[in-house]
Amino acid sequence: MTSQSAFRAALFDADLPAPPGLTGPAGRPVGNRFNVYRNNVVVSLTEALQSSFPVVQKLVGHEFFTAMAGLFIRQNPPSSPLLMFYGEAMPAFLVSFPPAQAFGYLPDIARLELALRQSYHAADAQPITAAELSAVPPQALPALRLTLTPATRLIRSHWPIHAIWRFNSVEHAPKPVMQAEDALILRPAFDPVPHLLPLGGAALLSALAEGMPLAEAAESANPQPDIAALLALLLQGGGIGSLTTKTA
Amino acid sequence: MLDHSHSALPAAPGVGYKAQHFSDILHSSDPVKWLEIHAENYMGSGGRPIAQLRHLAERFPISCHGVGLSIGGEAPLDRDHLARLAHLAAWLNPASFSEHLAWSTHDAAFLNDLLPVPYTGAALARVADHIDQVQSALGRRMLLENPSTYLAFASSEMSEIAFLTAIARRTGCGLLLDVNNVHVSCTNQQTDPYAYINAFPLELVGEIHLGGHDAQQDDSGAPLLIDSHGAPVVDPVWQLYRHTIARGGARPTLIEWDNDVPNWATLAAEAALAQDVLAFA
Repeated sequence: MTSQSAFRAALFDADLPAPPGLTGPAGRPVGNRFNVYRNNVVVSLTEALQSSFPVVQKLVGHEFFTAMAGLFIRQNPPSSPLLMFYGEAMPAFLVSFPPAQAFGYLPDIARLELALRQSYHAADAQPITAAELSAVPPQALPALRLTLTPATRLIRSHWPIHAIWRFNSVEHAPKPVMQAEDALILRPAFDPVPHLLPLGGAALLSALAEGMPLAEAAESANPQPDIAALLALLLQGGGIGSLTTKTA
Repeated sequence: MLDHSHSALPAAPGVGYKAQHFSDILHSSDPVKWLEIHAENYMGSGGRPIAQLRHLAERFPISCHGVGLSIGGEAPLDRDHLARLAHLAAWLNPASFSEHLAWSTHDAAFLNDLLPVPYTGAALARVADHIDQVQSALGRRMLLENPSTYLAFASSEMSEIAFLTAIARRTGCGLLLDVNNVHVSCTNQQTDPYAYINAFPLELVGEIHLGGHDAQQDDSGAPLLIDSHGAPVVDPVWQLYRHTIARGGARPTLIEWDNDVPNWATLAAEAALAQDVLAFA
């Protein structure tokens, strides 16, 4: 008998012998044939992580990333066959992975890349148009409440995550400058794009997303960002899912 | 004798769908008559993958091929995953659904490989029970695919073909015959691939897979072929395929190329080679 528990344990531990009960052709010893499965598992999951975290890989280099992925996979194997969402544990892993300590911004870059992937696969929605927003009478604006579309994501950071992501993803993007940056991911059609938020923008958007009316949400942000510019950005990126001026 | 009752796919060439070929496919007049997708790639909530699939499904019969159900697993099937699959099958209404004789999940860890199953009575009962659950959740018959194997189990009590045939008889499922897997497994097990095809219940086959593999050696110097889906179909596999079609008749035939994916013209040329064989069935 070769239990799947023994098989799985040996897959992830190259120091263990192949599980008992396995043979090569015609009953001969199994030799190194079990390594085919070991290799398939680690290589395919490493490729899944490379495709989810291209900027993290660019920042640390291919060799570092591959070695790190080998450890990550053993500690955090996928919990579902939906590999497009694999790697949720990567930010926390990077925080506690000693060789990554020199790159303090890595966990937040990993969070940004996870959010991009989630946005890509998020539910479609018909966003509010500029005409619909303009139809709100000015005196009703302070009471305006809105929801964000499912593909919209907000990532706050003490690191210049937007600039680092762009520098490693977009040709001729400027070099990052050391400053805290918050990013807003919008998906106008099918391709998620991270945008840099002004100071106070993330606080305002979080408050709005929690259902606070516009005036109150603006009060809670310090400094207060340019509200008209923020709403314009949301509109252009299809970020507003619904709006109401009725009190909750 | 032709038996299309196990599949609504046409007995013509199809290819595994890759997003980079989307616009080529829509503008092609190639021999590609249907597309196969990996079910798990379309289990997000929305976005481009699902929009593209809806579009393609208006033009082509779609074969939905699961890679994550772990039908050969010792543990019960993942109910959430089965529900996701039922949801996909409900809106897509694919021409065929297939999965593997393999396991990939254990202790809540998905290992992303098609791991082998011993051919024992206990495994047979478990796999048949899982297939009953899948067919009842999806409300349709499924096809079960023969694996590429790299080793054998001392505990096996029957041949792979006896195992697959018993599963099909017990559950009413059809079989997906991967001819490259037959070549790979028979080379690795040092048995005759033609004897395998001659013993296979071809009347149960609703679809055929063709793909590429890597050639290596084990530590005793014996050939060890590894299913890679990353290269053209080799000549011995084309010959084995011709033998299969000559013996069993034309079947929907997939060119499976998942890694180092070539351009559309190269993929369509492989499909044309399959068409040449099917034309003489």
